[in-house]
Amino acid sequence: MEMMDTLLLSRIQFAANISFHILFPTITIALGWVLVFFKWRYARTGDAVWMEAYFFWVKVFALSFAMGVVSGITMSFQFGTNWPGFMESVGNIAGPLLAYEIMTAFFMEAVFLGIMLFGFSRVPGWAHTGATVLVAVGTTMSTFWILVLNSWMHTPQGFEMRDGVAHATDWFAIIFNPSMPYRLVHVLLASGLTVGFLIAGISALRWVMGDRGAEVRKSLRLGAIMGAALIPVQIYAGDMHGLNTLEYQPAKVAAMEGNWDTRGNVPLLLFALPDEEARMNRFEIGIPSGASLILTHRLDGEVPGLNDFVAEDGTVLHPPVTAVFWSFRVMVGTGMAMLVLSWAALFFMRRGRGIEGLPRPVLWAFLPMAFSGWLATLAGWYTTEIGRQPWLVTGVLSTDAAVGDVPPALVASTLIAYLVIYAALLVAYIGVLVYLARRKAKGQSTVEAGRPVSGAIQSIPAE
Amino acid sequence: MTDMLGDQTLTLPVIFAALMGLSILIYVVLDGFDLGVGILTPLADEAQKDRMVASIGPFWDANETWLVMAVGILLVAFPAAHGAILTALYLPVAIMLIGLILRGTAFEFRAKVALPKKNAWNIAFFAGSIMTSMAQGYMLGFYVMGLEHSLAAHGFALLSGVFLTVGYSFIGACWLILKTEGSLQRKAVSWARGGIWGVILGVGAISLATPLVSARIWERWFSVPEFFLLAPLPLMSVAVIVAMWVVLRRLPTENDSFAWLPFAGASVLFVLAFTGLAYSFYPYVVPERLTIYEAASAPESLFIILIGALVVFPIIAAYSALAYYIFRGKARDLRYD
Repeated sequence: MEMMDTLLLSRIQFAANISFHILFPTITIALGWVLVFFKWRYARTGDAVWMEAYFFWVKVFALSFAMGVVSGITMSFQFGTNWPGFMESVGNIAGPLLAYEIMTAFFMEAVFLGIMLFGFSRVPGWAHTGATVLVAVGTTMSTFWILVLNSWMHTPQGFEMRDGVAHATDWFAIIFNPSMPYRLVHVLLASGLTVGFLIAGISALRWVMGDRGAEVRKSLRLGAIMGAALIPVQIYAGDMHGLNTLEYQPAKVAAMEGNWDTRGNVPLLLFALPDEEARMNRFEIGIPSGASLILTHRLDGEVPGLNDFVAEDGTVLHPPVTAVFWSFRVMVGTGMAMLVLSWAALFFMRRGRGIEGLPRPVLWAFLPMAFSGWLATLAGWYTTEIGRQPWLVTGVLSTDAAVGDVPPALVASTLIAYLVIYAALLVAYIGVLVYLARRKAKGQSTVEAGRPVSGAIQSIPAE
Repeated sequence: MTDMLGDQTLTLPVIFAALMGLSILIYVVLDGFDLGVGILTPLADEAQKDRMVASIGPFWDANETWLVMAVGILLVAFPAAHGAILTALYLPVAIMLIGLILRGTAFEFRAKVALPKKNAWNIAFFAGSIMTSMAQGYMLGFYVMGLEHSLAAHGFALLSGVFLTVGYSFIGACWLILKTEGSLQRKAVSWARGGIWGVILGVGAISLATPLVSARIWERWFSVPEFFLLAPLPLMSVAVIVAMWVVLRRLPTENDSFAWLPFAGASVLFVLAFTGLAYSFYPYVVPERLTIYEAASAPESLFIILIGALVVFPIIAAYSALAYYIFRGKARDLRYD
């Protein structure tokens, strides 16, 4: 076996890190707004069930937030430890964007998180709701800035190169780069779907464990409605995003479609095994002219082919095909499952039949779908990020030019350490979610870790 | 408007070096006490552990953000130095990050898991805290030694890791004196009484080593008139240490008077020590190799950040102060309701 080199190991390490990281922001972005919704409903109706929902989900929020923070810090350091070429080359653009993320989002969410979590009894109700809103605003602002930077890496503009270093010439063009609006909408909707199915999934788990309270009904219903309402919008937004990619990153679309030669009447492949050695697909199953129709809205519309992105000397300038092709299919497939399940659930719950109206298979289907948002989000990120290769910044900086000179053994050892920690934390995280759900379902008198709660007063410790 | 700053290639790097220094200093004081509390947890019983964690609960996340701010400024304002420093510190950075991951997640998990698992997360909380402080101290020591690999450098870096851990434990104990009462406060006083000796040793060792490693730094301190102009720094440090020592002998007091003094003193001591270090290394960002002027980003990019920083820093300061005000007084149980 060939020795794994620093570049590959550094890429795996960053991919592992960012994959682990994104799981948690994708929950907190939308869950922050759901918590605001709970507080708003409580303020409007005075129904205590909304605060019950708030106090259950705020625990999930706090845990997810902590997981996101610590893995996010790791990434900011890895820019320097593993990818020094990135900031040296495009630091003049990436720097201010990251700085604005820290200054306008990180501090605000961190400070008001403390007040939101632990200040309920110390500040007036309006101030607590205000803190909750500011935390949600902070997570959304953070999403905005980081996606501006990420989108700029895909579709860079508003700069000029001087001595191999990018210098900003037009900040408006940098911020509102061509793929930014599509990517931002796509990611925000993905967060909404992730949270919708997480809430529905955990609530369904509580239901099958015997919880029949008003709160679990409202939560399950809310999750299903979020899913059903957002998934059609997401499919439309995803299509728009794809058309944007076709215009600015045709090589990525060619890989997503598994299309080797530029031509019309390109089929929509449902299954294929791309063979990059032979530069063809094996075992193709496809819908004739489907890809042409989706991408150009004409049956004979021309779709770019991967062979257009090979230099005269044979250098491959398109991304690895198999990974992009299959990531894309996993994302779309998960989205379709979300569509079917959420609409089926709404259909069976209609006319006041409520959760009891759900057939068992539909109810149980929500359990494995609790983390379907994670699957779709990861698959979507792999599609777009692997699809950008071999570039780190399209046309400006190649990935291999940015990697730092660290001995492979050192990278390998830290990579293993991160993988072990992340695996353990992921197991612990899902374990705690299930544990919280089970305790809630069993309706046990809340036993705070360490000591029993005295008296008859229902209390919710900081768990 | 850009003219107001004079020659930007000179003024902007200085401003950003100052902002970075300020962020590091705020981080070291604020997360220093969080980490110190974490390091001290094995010495406390279960109920005391809960109270100790409660005393830092509303703050640690925001405190840690100053580290992101500091590395962010290094990243955005001095990209060339960022790569050089962080690749040289590859392993301690990784250890610190894993420590921060353990500390931050254990904080949440220990309060949410089933009781039998809580102890494992207590250990993770302690391990994460001490890994972080050891790694940061190691980085400080290695940086002071000029980021050059040698047995002496690594030895000193290791020693510096121990000293910073003691320093963090000390400021953590001082924080607990301020934020707790009863038996835990009495325990914290005894921890601080022991810790102050480590602080004296640590500050002394770093102060002696820095000028000995570099002739340039020696020159900056031990020439006339600098020596006399700088004399207030060590003299004030001695005065603060004496004041803390005297007060710690008499704490805890009946009406809790002077409970604030050790923490205030420890913070001032951190500020003084940091000022000394900053003076020694200016204008270098990579010791003896790269100055802040050589490493700085393009002025137009720095200027964009500066505008934002001037608007945002006061706002951050204001709502941080608000948080400390809301959670003033003795720590209570951490509750969401």
